[in-house]
Amino acid sequence: MEFVSLEGFRLDGRRPMEMRQIRAEIGAVAKADGSAVFEMGNTKVIAAVYGPREVQNRTQQINDQALVRCEYSMANFSTGDRMRKPKGDRRSTEISLVIRQTMEACILTHLMPRSQIDIFVQVLQADGGTRSACINAATLALADAGIPMRDLVTSCSSGYLNSTPLLDLNYVEDSAGGPDVTVGFLPKLDKVTLLQMDSKLPIDIFENVMQLAIEGCKAIANYIREIMLENTKQLEYRRGI
Amino acid sequence: MLHSKTFVKKTRGGKVNKQVREHYLRDDIYCGAPICKLCDSSAARLSPSASTILLLDTNVVLNQIDLLENPAIDDVVMLSVVLDEVKNKNMGVYNRVRALCSNSLRRFFVFANEHHKDTFVKEMAKESKNDRNDRAIRVAAQWYQSHLGGAARVLLITNDKENKRKAIAEGISAETIESYVKSLDRPDLLDLVVQPSSEDVEMEEVEDLRPSKRKVIYTEHKPMSEITSGLHRGIYHQGKLRVNRYNPFEAYVGSESIGDEIIIYGRTNMNRAFDGDVVAVELLPQDQWHEEKSLSIADEEDEEEDVHLVPSSADDAPRTTNLVQGSSGDTNAVSSRPSGRVVGIIKRNWHSYCGSLEPMPMPAGSGGTAHALFVSKDRRIPKIRIHTRQLENLLNKRIIVAVDSWDRLSRYPSGHYVRTIGEIGDRDTESEVVLIENDINSRPFSSQVLACLPPLPWSVSSEDLANPIRQDLRDLRVFSVDPPGCKDIDDALHCTALPSGNFEVGVHIADVTNFVHPGSPLDDEASQRGTSVYLVERRIDMLPKPLTEDICSLRSDVERLAFSVIWELTPEADIISTRYTKSVIKSCAALSYIEAQARMDDSRLMDPLTTDLRNMNVLAKKMRSRRIERGALTLASAEVKFQIDTETHDPLDIGMYQIREANQMVEEFMLAANVSVADKILKHFSLCSLLRRHPSPTREMLEPLLRTAAAVGLNLDVSSSKALAESLDRAVGDDPYFNKLIRILATRCMTQAVYFCSGDLSPPEYHHYGLAAPLYTHFTSPIRRYADVIVHRLLAASLGIYKLPSIFQDRPQLTSIADNLNYRHRNAQMASRASVELHTLIYFKKRPTDTEARVVKIRSNGFIVFVPKYGIEGPVYLTARSEKGGGEWFVDEQQQKIKKMDGSASYSVLQTVRIHMEVVEPQPNRPKLQLTLT
Repeated sequence: MEFVSLEGFRLDGRRPMEMRQIRAEIGAVAKADGSAVFEMGNTKVIAAVYGPREVQNRTQQINDQALVRCEYSMANFSTGDRMRKPKGDRRSTEISLVIRQTMEACILTHLMPRSQIDIFVQVLQADGGTRSACINAATLALADAGIPMRDLVTSCSSGYLNSTPLLDLNYVEDSAGGPDVTVGFLPKLDKVTLLQMDSKLPIDIFENVMQLAIEGCKAIANYIREIMLENTKQLEYRRGI
Repeated sequence: MLHSKTFVKKTRGGKVNKQVREHYLRDDIYCGAPICKLCDSSAARLSPSASTILLLDTNVVLNQIDLLENPAIDDVVMLSVVLDEVKNKNMGVYNRVRALCSNSLRRFFVFANEHHKDTFVKEMAKESKNDRNDRAIRVAAQWYQSHLGGAARVLLITNDKENKRKAIAEGISAETIESYVKSLDRPDLLDLVVQPSSEDVEMEEVEDLRPSKRKVIYTEHKPMSEITSGLHRGIYHQGKLRVNRYNPFEAYVGSESIGDEIIIYGRTNMNRAFDGDVVAVELLPQDQWHEEKSLSIADEEDEEEDVHLVPSSADDAPRTTNLVQGSSGDTNAVSSRPSGRVVGIIKRNWHSYCGSLEPMPMPAGSGGTAHALFVSKDRRIPKIRIHTRQLENLLNKRIIVAVDSWDRLSRYPSGHYVRTIGEIGDRDTESEVVLIENDINSRPFSSQVLACLPPLPWSVSSEDLANPIRQDLRDLRVFSVDPPGCKDIDDALHCTALPSGNFEVGVHIADVTNFVHPGSPLDDEASQRGTSVYLVERRIDMLPKPLTEDICSLRSDVERLAFSVIWELTPEADIISTRYTKSVIKSCAALSYIEAQARMDDSRLMDPLTTDLRNMNVLAKKMRSRRIERGALTLASAEVKFQIDTETHDPLDIGMYQIREANQMVEEFMLAANVSVADKILKHFSLCSLLRRHPSPTREMLEPLLRTAAAVGLNLDVSSSKALAESLDRAVGDDPYFNKLIRILATRCMTQAVYFCSGDLSPPEYHHYGLAAPLYTHFTSPIRRYADVIVHRLLAASLGIYKLPSIFQDRPQLTSIADNLNYRHRNAQMASRASVELHTLIYFKKRPTDTEARVVKIRSNGFIVFVPKYGIEGPVYLTARSEKGGGEWFVDEQQQKIKKMDGSASYSVLQTVRIHMEVVEPQPNRPKLQLTLT
């Protein structure tokens, strides 16, 4: 199938190096300590963070650092076909783990010993790149909760179809069966904290594709920073400072 | 830059589900006209001086593609909505339009109107898809008009009346293709314009259409919805229609739903289907299954068999069903094979065809248009009606014609003239026809391709010698053995006696991949061509001549780069070790088969080269006998060889190609090299190796052989290739040619070997039946076969010399390469056969000959003979065709005999007869060889 036309347009009209439109909103769940909604095109994800708080299950308590827990789920209405999305299936367990590890790597857990941080992410609408969107939403929610972090971790995916590296795959491109690289990135420290790939790629092409995903992460980081700045300004305004 | 307007799209894929896709509209899509001041004109394709810019609608592109390919039509804007529609309707046309758009000499610009913020149109309520697309085209035309202002005229070309009316109402200038071409004042172009189908014309012009006025010849095709539901319910069967190459009134549809082939007799039942169309077929009631052939075609054109070359496999062989119906009156013969009729055509396989016009008197008012009937060279294609304004020019020319439509009121399809090839009967023209018919690209290589060649004169550089991956084998006594006059030598051999008593034998293959790099234009071109094509008088190379004949060719006394397979063999020809290496060799002799044979036979010669040859021959014989023991078949083919006059290129003599021991010796080592390489590459790349397999023939395919054998009292065991090989060995008749004849008959029952990607099949299917080898590939002729180039790359990668090119990661692409190779390979074979047939005809034109022939098949009105001396096969009629079924002769099916009623004469299968061969021309421009009994 032709995923990139000879004129250089993807199926949805983007060029290969363009991301979908992103939108973010802080504070969507009032009860949570921090929350955020993150959209990448038609992919929409909500994240809520509770903590740091007392560890619920004492046996899990860690004496020198905080316990980070993460739960990923997909809303029943998130995809078109109204299938029941069982909780705790293979795929969501794996994504939960991936998100937890990525977030753990940037949270300064040693500052909060004997406490617990819960991250809940739910996919409201799925159109490819849910993993990345979840990480981005979680970052914003953690920041909103005021949890100390090394850096803002952001994530973006990229792929390689029709011999062209493509940034931010949507569902159609994702299900083409080509390589799909998801990168988690700490923009200030210039470090990669997450790297996953489906399918195979020759090493030299892989580097280009990964580099593209990293550029995407940087762009998202800039946007997230803007959103946070905006949010802080609003808080300032409300407090009358 | 991103304009975000998302919209909702519904698609149906089996079940109905709503799908939401984003659709970004942009403002950075440029108009492609260099005169435009607003747009970035760096990618502009239209000419700066264009006075008129054309926008075409989908049907114009679909129908008038031949016209568009004419350079007179230029400055065209292709809208992406049109391209998408064309792609959905006809992939062939789409590829041609795409080629036009990417051709730098033509001014075709693709405008992505669907993604432009000003030209995107949303589907309105109650608007059909077609209407929406038409509106999108009009909106785009309007945008162009206002965007360019008065700088150029924007002209919308559409043949749809409604669309044209709306366009004019919206202030867009619109014309039909006919009126536009007329305004160009180029009468030659008018022939290329496809006329609207006659049914449409009638609808428009004659309102009081009386059906009685014109006879309806064909039944109407069922609408698509009915076909789909019929297929679901199992009353219709879907399949590809294959017209019998030797009898255009008989076709087969291979249907999966009933697991058998459905036979379709007669044009009426075929109902306007062409060869290769995907059709829906309805089975006829069983009592009509054995419908007498002669009845169904009695009122149509004559039907007969041509003299042709001996088929080399089952795929080439004429298909014969049980047509030998008892004229003696046995009524119990009900054919067991289902027959049917076409009720609808699911996908057309129309393309352009080569042939000539049927001679006709000049119409009175010359200069006007004339109707003419076009007769294709391919007998499977019916005559095609065309309109032409240049009848006198075309009458004695070979021309190409494309089919446009076939309505049920006309006996023949209508089409249009595409281009002229040349004079009929001219050898170059006829050769050109052979090439075109087999889709062979004989154009010279493009400058981009030639730019990939290393500079000439080329020689092995010191870098090559210093390269650690390349072993220096220049001191070995390497030689090559090839047919006389061979210029593209791609294999060479050496054989050294080791002190241990073993032999070191090496096969050195030209290192083509050293020059053909993956992804280069040269590589793309070679991959497209797939193989070199050998015609009688010329060779169409896969790689440019400097590579084929010089740089890669392993000529004698020059240093050349090679890829070598080196074995250590025991005197019993057991392989002890195998190694593979890139190398530098220096061949000491380029022998012909005759020379090599002469050296081996001449007992006085004791030079080292001759000793090597003899050693190899001994080893080869042992390998061969072991291979035959395993069950490899020795099949015979009746290859012929022409002696061509160097001046006129006319054939001077034909003779059978003689196979010597030297041929077999070289062949044996090439087989061994291929098998070794196949093992190696499969071990390393089990999912992406390119291998060659030969499927076992089914019992049904061997049926004709068994019947013939049974008639002469021979019992063949076909349970396995080994059993078949042994029973073929036992088949010795009273005359020396008998065994070869049986082998030739066996050969034509076999399927062809095919290339495939190892990931697509499971290991038991890799088997090569003819060679009785579990694995086989092609490694030894990279100069003339692209498969070998791929295998060279795989082997190099498995040795860790080079990286595997990325194409091997992509299995669908590898599969499509393998498919293309099979297609090209088959076409190349067909072309060489056609070329030999052409030259046979030229040869016998001047020399009517009497010769000996063997009966190979019995027909109801004669028999088919095989002429061993010239390797051709053709029918001998006992009864003239006019007196069909004249009861003078009757056929004994069991004994495969045809007897005269009074018992005065009889012919049985494999019998020797004397025949007379002469070229006759019963139909103009179709000379053919006629065989008669003397």
